[in-house]
Amino acid sequence: MTALLSVQNLTLHRGSRRILDDVSFDVPKGGTLALVGESGAGKSTIAVALMGLLTRAEASVEGKAILEDTGDLFTLRPRAWTRIRGRRLAMIFQDAGAALDPCYTVGGQIVSTLRRNLGLSRKAARARAVELLESVGIPDAAARLGAYPHELSGGMQQRVMIAIALSGNPALLFADEPTSALDVTIQAQIMRLILDEVRAHGSSCIFVLHDLALASQSCDEVVVLYAGQVMEAGDAKTLLSDPRHPYTALLKSCVLEIGTAELTPPEGSVPSYDAMPAGCRFATRCPNALPRCAGEKPPLVPRDGRNVACWNPVGVPKAEAA
Amino acid sequence: MSEEGAPIFELLDVEKIFTITRATGPLKRETLRLPALDGVRLRIKQNTSLALVGESGSGKSTLVRILLGLNEPSNGQALFRGRPIVEARKGLRAPFHRDVAMIYQDARGSLNPRMSVEALIAEPIRHFRLCAEKEIPARVAALLARVGLPADVAKAYPAGLSGGQVRRVAIARALASEPSVLVADEAVSGLDVSTQAQLLNLLADLKRTMGLTLVFITHDLGVASYLCQEIAVLYLGRIVETGPTNDVLNAPAHPYSAALRRAAPAFFEPIAEPLPGEIPSPVNLPPGCRFAGRCPRRQDDCLALDPPLGRVLPGRHAACIHPLTGSPGGPAERGDAAPSNPDAVL
Repeated sequence: MTALLSVQNLTLHRGSRRILDDVSFDVPKGGTLALVGESGAGKSTIAVALMGLLTRAEASVEGKAILEDTGDLFTLRPRAWTRIRGRRLAMIFQDAGAALDPCYTVGGQIVSTLRRNLGLSRKAARARAVELLESVGIPDAAARLGAYPHELSGGMQQRVMIAIALSGNPALLFADEPTSALDVTIQAQIMRLILDEVRAHGSSCIFVLHDLALASQSCDEVVVLYAGQVMEAGDAKTLLSDPRHPYTALLKSCVLEIGTAELTPPEGSVPSYDAMPAGCRFATRCPNALPRCAGEKPPLVPRDGRNVACWNPVGVPKAEAA
Repeated sequence: MSEEGAPIFELLDVEKIFTITRATGPLKRETLRLPALDGVRLRIKQNTSLALVGESGSGKSTLVRILLGLNEPSNGQALFRGRPIVEARKGLRAPFHRDVAMIYQDARGSLNPRMSVEALIAEPIRHFRLCAEKEIPARVAALLARVGLPADVAKAYPAGLSGGQVRRVAIARALASEPSVLVADEAVSGLDVSTQAQLLNLLADLKRTMGLTLVFITHDLGVASYLCQEIAVLYLGRIVETGPTNDVLNAPAHPYSAALRRAAPAFFEPIAEPLPGEIPSPVNLPPGCRFAGRCPRRQDDCLALDPPLGRVLPGRHAACIHPLTGSPGGPAERGDAAPSNPDAVL
């Protein structure tokens, strides 16, 4: 598969803090990719940076993000961004209740998005808004156009946001923890809706997820991040069924399934950015750490069908690992 | 404190009805009855651990408020060691307050931001006069060590702590009064998986070493399965299924438990066919089973008969006319399911 978006050596600083450290991955055309990791791993920062929502004052960005037919996103001028955001790239936020404007009706927000991005007339936009709400499974869509966000349940708000995000027919959709505020039964509805819509439009989707099991169910590719570094990346099934990086293995062992009898979480917590090791950032908590790990950053290299950045991977004989 | 095996908490047909007023016109309003809990029967025995699971709106939080005596049941009885809870908690230093500790969902919000960790943990010790003033720092240090926090956290304020640390402080504060029951409302939700796993291991260890009775409200079936021996599944103010956690989750009897089980993410399984619709409002419920509107196994009699919680298998109860395992509980059921069980009524 060719890449729709190719992120190359993305490094991001906020002041002196290196939030993202040399992150590279490709999003296959028509495929789904999950950025997984714990809070502070930089998952949302990547999504926000790729949507062009960071100002130069907030963060300095190095590296490239090549979007097919557009070029490097990080060289775009503000005016060019307005032509891409909402049309080629769109985003579903974690908290739909906060992302929707409480002062405007749901219909008003969809209609204004459609008019701005697609240049539709008021009447055409309204008709299309009803279609969109119907397509995301909102019952009695025409009547719901007049509803304010607070009159809808969390699941319905999320559906509205999906409708808005899909209204411009984007080539790439970002979904930042789209279901973490919802009940499990609603989570299943929303995840299926996003996947069905993305498939129907032939779009690609980058999910930001913290649930590895959910990532394995919904995504073709997985990128495991820890404190702004890529630990392991590759095909979801290969990577999650048989992790090579100790962090992926530990993260997987923390996932609770029915009947889980033992949990072996990594000790301690993520170091602060001022105390981050120069090499592998997981070195301070890694059960497999070698003396070189903290000082020398392991390169992301192919191994057993995925890419892994580790000097001492799991499931590999000692002699070969060295 | 009490004889072995006697229930610590006993709820007998507890109902909690809130009245809400709603504007229906510029100068008109109507009063509605909102039954948040309806006919809940529950026994919580000493040294057990019980998970209360269900979606938002199922009545989990109201049930906890009843257990803590913060709300009085509108009907039915809520007993703590045989006495009505509202009576047992009368008085500033009633044994109830010492015996039943609570960990709130929003741990940070439950801690006064202007008190140091040491002062927060010392507060219950002083309140219940558990030890001499000069022994308090040592007690606080011991509690901090017990929940896996370094001693220097004592001087910190909640704002200076991470989410996982704040939860540990809330646990230490709850343990300070040496309770026998710990009630925890989503105590590990919203945390990173590794932090969550650390806290679950801590809670499991505390339960084992201190003989705590644990009532754990959660929406995460994995958490329930890891921490709790017993489970009660709630839907729209009713308990729809109870039993040993892993039995219920591995072979649910109630279609709603089965739907929750299927909806929980599992590695490499395709995302399950979701339940249609959302949990309805408890105002103006139709007759019949409350779950009938979303149930994939609904039959005609489900719309007419509201099934009570009845025995489906030894040690297991479900409120369903057509349960997935065992024989249907409750009186007067008929239909294509297995023959009725003579001792099915609770």
